[in-house]
Amino acid sequence: MNSLYHLGKYVMMIGQIFSAPERWSMYYKETMRQMNDIGVGSLIIISVIALFIGAVTAVQFSYQLEMSFVPKYYIGYILRDSMIIELAPTLSALMLAGKVGSNIASELGSMRSSEQIDALDIMGVNTISYLVGPKIIAAMLMFPLLVILAAALGIFGGYIATLGSSIPPSDYIRGLSYWFVPFNVVMMLIKAVVFAFIVSSVSCYQGYYVKGGALEIAQASTRAVVNSSILILVSDFFLAKLLL
Amino acid sequence: MIQLVDIRKSFGEVEVLKGISTTFDAGKCSLIIGSSGSGKTVLMKCMVGLFEVTSGKVMYGDNNFSEMSKAVRKPIRQEIGMLFQGSALFDSMTTEENVRFPLDMFTKLTTKEKENRVNMCLERVGLEGANEKYPSEISGGMMKRVGIARAIVLEPKYLFCDEPNSGLDPKTSIKIDQLITEITIENNITTIINTHDMNSVMEMGHQVTFLNQGLKEWEGSKDEILHSDNAFLNEFIFASKFLQELRKA
Repeated sequence: MNSLYHLGKYVMMIGQIFSAPERWSMYYKETMRQMNDIGVGSLIIISVIALFIGAVTAVQFSYQLEMSFVPKYYIGYILRDSMIIELAPTLSALMLAGKVGSNIASELGSMRSSEQIDALDIMGVNTISYLVGPKIIAAMLMFPLLVILAAALGIFGGYIATLGSSIPPSDYIRGLSYWFVPFNVVMMLIKAVVFAFIVSSVSCYQGYYVKGGALEIAQASTRAVVNSSILILVSDFFLAKLLL
Repeated sequence: MIQLVDIRKSFGEVEVLKGISTTFDAGKCSLIIGSSGSGKTVLMKCMVGLFEVTSGKVMYGDNNFSEMSKAVRKPIRQEIGMLFQGSALFDSMTTEENVRFPLDMFTKLTTKEKENRVNMCLERVGLEGANEKYPSEISGGMMKRVGIARAIVLEPKYLFCDEPNSGLDPKTSIKIDQLITEITIENNITTIINTHDMNSVMEMGHQVTFLNQGLKEWEGSKDEILHSDNAFLNEFIFASKFLQELRKA
């Protein structure tokens, strides 16, 4: 019953985002601010993680393929597809659920507890449309760019891992160019957009409806990360079933 | 003018406001006083539409605000300014951006006109030159002043202040009270203030409404309040030992 209540409230919140803005320029400005926070603010963490995930994946494949008859250049091929289909969108989204999701939930939560949302309401601003809408749009625009960067850096990380290892870098590069399916990139971008919507909307919901003070804001922030992460993994499964 | 007609508000089984009727006039500071839990904040939130009343009417002039839909309320909302207990300034914006926000959102003024209006409001509250400071960089008293500047920037007809002196020292409190009174009279605003600070009552109580457990227990002016024979009111006003001694003397 409680889950149904929250689901209904969540759907109603999403519905209210689409009401006409009081002033487009203010919404545009807020969307740009959010794009900067979400996109530029996440560049370093996404880059570092993608680089190492790529490198570790290459080392582990290399270890697994060592005693087999599978050609070495397969590592490049497997790593490329793993990064594009799964690792870049899913791991990036899980990381961003932690960073962006908790940030959104705590920002809205503290705006609620310090009566900033009430102040906007009294002025006549549609607070859901103004505060939630730009965050979701910004996430849906920035996540795909971050995921493309993560995929590229992951593949580059794999290349770095081959330097000085038993796999010749030329074999790795050869593997990268084999059996490339462009649809995999489309799938990666679809996943990025869906995950962006999940992380931003779930976190906004948790933050916007906070009641209480510091403790409740922290709890909402945790719920935002946990619920987003679970929903990312569940939707990842359904997207894979649907798209592959 | 704001008129309240038999306002009732319940949360579940608990009735917090039990039929409050009164009128707040333009150009006057009307104070709502009462101890914690008496229903002051709920009443104010009902008046500004943050809570919906269970029954009764909130009339802004001839408009029944409590029966209006959200969309119809918008023009009236833009005539309302509110100063919050904690100031409720937007953390990510500077003082100037905070004050300019309602102008950016609801007016079609040019950048120059907005700048002039913001500077005029900041000057009015004694904060000229503080345009680039963030809320985290200014004192509690300054935050209240910025809150007042933001509340009056659209030249409201109605000004609501929730505990404007909470957390301020007595000297700063008096300055804030005087500022609110001056602005109210200068601009013929209907100002409603929630407070439990007796200094504020004596400073600006053109009209004082005393709430006790969700009921309007007493109403009068600051000149009448000290001579009232209402037991609940006297218990509230003369709560401190110092004032009890003073009264006896």
